[in-house]
Amino acid sequence: MNLRSALIRLGASLGAILLALALSSIVLLIIDRSPLEAFAAMGSYASRVDSMISIINRAVPLYVSAVAVAVGFQMKLFNIGVEGQYRIAALVAAWVGGAVALPGILHVSLIILVAALVGAAWSSIAGILKAFRGVHEVISTIMLNFIGTGLGAWLLANHFREETEGGSLIIATARIPESGRLPSLNPVLEGLGVEVPSGSDLHSFVLFAILLGVGYYVLIWRTRLGYDLRAFGANPGAAEASGVNLKRMTLITMAISGAFAGLVVMGPVLGSFHRYTTDIPIELGFTGIAVALVGRNRPVQMALAALLFAFLNRSAQILDFRGIPKEIETIIGGVIILTVVIANELARRVIQAQEVRDAAAKTARDDEEGPA
Amino acid sequence: MRVPRWISLLAALSAASLILAACGGAEEAPDEPDDTGTEAPDDDADDTDDDADDTDDDAAADDGDPVRVGLVYDIGGRGDQSFNDAAAAGLDRAEEDFNIEATELEPAEGGENRGELLRLISGEGVDLVFGVGFAFEEAMESTAPDFPGVNYGFIDGFLPDLGPDSNVVALGFAEHEGSFLVGAAAALKSETGRVGFIGGVEIPLIERFEAGFVAGAREINPDIEIDINYISQPPDFSGFTDPASGREIALGMYGNGADVVYHAAGGSGLGLFEAAKEHSESSGSKVWAIGVDSDQYLTADEELQEFILTSMLKRVDVAVYETIAAQVEGDFEGGYRTFDLSTDGVGYSTSGGFVDDIVDQLEELKAAVIAGEIEVPDSN
Repeated sequence: MNLRSALIRLGASLGAILLALALSSIVLLIIDRSPLEAFAAMGSYASRVDSMISIINRAVPLYVSAVAVAVGFQMKLFNIGVEGQYRIAALVAAWVGGAVALPGILHVSLIILVAALVGAAWSSIAGILKAFRGVHEVISTIMLNFIGTGLGAWLLANHFREETEGGSLIIATARIPESGRLPSLNPVLEGLGVEVPSGSDLHSFVLFAILLGVGYYVLIWRTRLGYDLRAFGANPGAAEASGVNLKRMTLITMAISGAFAGLVVMGPVLGSFHRYTTDIPIELGFTGIAVALVGRNRPVQMALAALLFAFLNRSAQILDFRGIPKEIETIIGGVIILTVVIANELARRVIQAQEVRDAAAKTARDDEEGPA
Repeated sequence: MRVPRWISLLAALSAASLILAACGGAEEAPDEPDDTGTEAPDDDADDTDDDADDTDDDAAADDGDPVRVGLVYDIGGRGDQSFNDAAAAGLDRAEEDFNIEATELEPAEGGENRGELLRLISGEGVDLVFGVGFAFEEAMESTAPDFPGVNYGFIDGFLPDLGPDSNVVALGFAEHEGSFLVGAAAALKSETGRVGFIGGVEIPLIERFEAGFVAGAREINPDIEIDINYISQPPDFSGFTDPASGREIALGMYGNGADVVYHAAGGSGLGLFEAAKEHSESSGSKVWAIGVDSDQYLTADEELQEFILTSMLKRVDVAVYETIAAQVEGDFEGGYRTFDLSTDGVGYSTSGGFVDDIVDQLEELKAAVIAGEIEVPDSN
C-alpha cells in the first residue's frame, strides 16, 4: 500500500520533471537552439567539483528558506515575509558578530542565535497582527518585507556600516573575527580524496541545515505542538473545538517560521562573506516558497527540490558561453514548479481513489465475512 | 471515472517522452548538412562568433590567434542604455579595430554570483577580463591572484596595493568633476533658482555625482535650491532599472519649481526625460533634464531630445577600449588609472546645441578644475 503510493508519487515527480524539460526544449527549439546541447552543457558543467560545491552552498539557503515557509504552510499560514525576515536578521547578526569577540563555538552560536531571534521577532509582528487584529498574514508579511528592506538599508548606511579603506565603495558591516566564522569542509573533502579547486569552499553550515531539517521533522511529526499545528491546518474548527488555542498557535507558528527564516543566509555570511554586504543574495525567500511547494513541505523532498533549483541556477551560468540565453533557466524553473504541483495533485487523487477502492473492497470483504 | 485520470497522467508522460525524443532528432537533423559554424551567428547579430568572423578577415592575417576578452557586466547587462552599455560600446569598438574574441556575461539579479562568473570566465582561457562595476571588489580580490596568466580591468574599482606588475588595473573615474560641470550648466540655465538631482541607489559611488553636481551649481549661484532624491536604498539596487519611479520623482521636482534635473540613475533616467517632456507640455514652461554616463541625447527618442540639456560623460567605453588596446599590443600595465577632466575621461556633451551659449563659462570652469584652482568634493 505505502510502497505503491510512494511509487506513484515518485513516478509523478519524475514525469513532471521530464515534462518540464520537454516544454523547455520546445522553447529552445523555437529560438533555434539545440536542447540536447544546452542540457549537455549544463550537465557537464554541473558535474565539476567546484560546481557541485557551489550547488550545495546554493541549496542550503533555499532549503532553510523552504523549511521556514513550510512551518507556516503546515497550519495554512502563508509566510511570504521570509525575504524581509532573513535580510534584517542577517544584518543584525552580522553586526553583532563583528562587534564582539568570544571563543569559537560561543561566537558562532551567538550569531546564529541572534539571527534566529531577530527573524522570529520580525515575523512575530505579522503573527501579533494576525492573532489580535485579524490582519491577513499575506498582506502584513509582504508589507513587512518592504519595511524590513528599508529599515535594513537605513541601519546599514547610518549605524552598522564600517568605514572602508581608500577608494572602496562597498557598503558593509565590520568583518566578523576569525572566531565567529564557520570553517569550510574542504579538508574533509580532501580527506575523501576529492581535489577541491581554489576558490571553492564547501560551507560547513550544510551540516547545520541538515540538523534544521531533522528538527523540522521532529517538531511537526513528533511533538504535541506539531500535531496541533497540523490539526489546525487540516481543520481549524475541529482543532479549536478540541481545545487548541488559535491565537497562541498563530503566534508560535509565525515565530518559529521567522526563526528558521532568520537563518537563511547564515551559510554565506558565516562561510564566505564574513560580514553583511549589499551582495548578500536576495529573493531567497520567494524561491523558498517554490521549493516548499515542489517538496510538498516534507523535509527530504524539500532538500531534493532545493538541490534541483540550485543545480539549475549554477549550471545555467555556462549557457552564455554556448550562445544560449541563460534566461532559459528561469523558464525551466517556472515550468517545473507548475508541472510538479500538477503532478502532485494528480498523484494525490490517484492515491486517494486507490484508497477508496481498497477500503470499499475491504468493507465488502468484511461484510461477506461478517455474518459468517 | 478512475481510468481517465490514469490515462491523462500516462498521456502526459508519453507526450513528454515523445517530445524529448523529437527534440533529440530535430537537433541533429539541421546541423549535419550545414556547416555548424555558420548556422548560429546568422540568427543572432551580437553573437560573439559572428563578430570574431568579421575581424578574422582583416586582422587574422597579420596577427594569428585572436586576443580573448571576457566582460562581466553589472546587474542589468548590455542594453541598459547607460553604464553597462558604455562598457559594451568600448568592447564593440575594440572588436572592429582589433583581432579579438569576446565573451560577455551578466550576473543574477542580486549580483551574488559575480565571483563565480569572474572565476568561470577566467578559467576558460581568456587573456583579459573586465569586471564592470565597483561591486566586483571581493570577486576581483579573490579571483585575480589565482589566475596570474589573466589580466583584469576593473571598472570603477578599487583594490589595495596594486602595482605595475599586478594583473589588475583599477579604472576609476572622477565623476564628481564631470558632475561639477553639469551642475554649473544647470545653475546657469535655471530661471527658477531651483534644480534637482535624482540618484539611482544611495551608495557612495552615486553620492560622488551628487557632491559634484551640488558644488557646481553652488559655484554659479551660492543660494541655489537643490532638491535631492534617491530612488532606492541598498541592498535594493532596483533604483538603476526603475524608470517609473524616476518619472514620479522627477515630476515631483518639476512640480516643486525645479527647472533643471540631473540624474545618476542608469536605466531609470528614461523616466526623467519623459517627465521633462510631460511637465513642459502640461505647464507650458520648458524644463530641462541632464543625462549621465553616455551622451543620452544621441540614444533618446527624437521627441525627448529637445529636453536633454547635456549629459555628464563618463567614458567607460574609452577605459575598456584603451585597456583592450594595451592588451593587444602587449603592454598591459597593472595599477590605478583615473579618467578625469584632464584626460577627457569625464566631461559634458554638447549635442543639440542647448549649452552653446554657456560653453565658454563651462570651459573656464573645466580649466580651473584641471589646474587645481577649484577642488571638487567627491562626497558630502
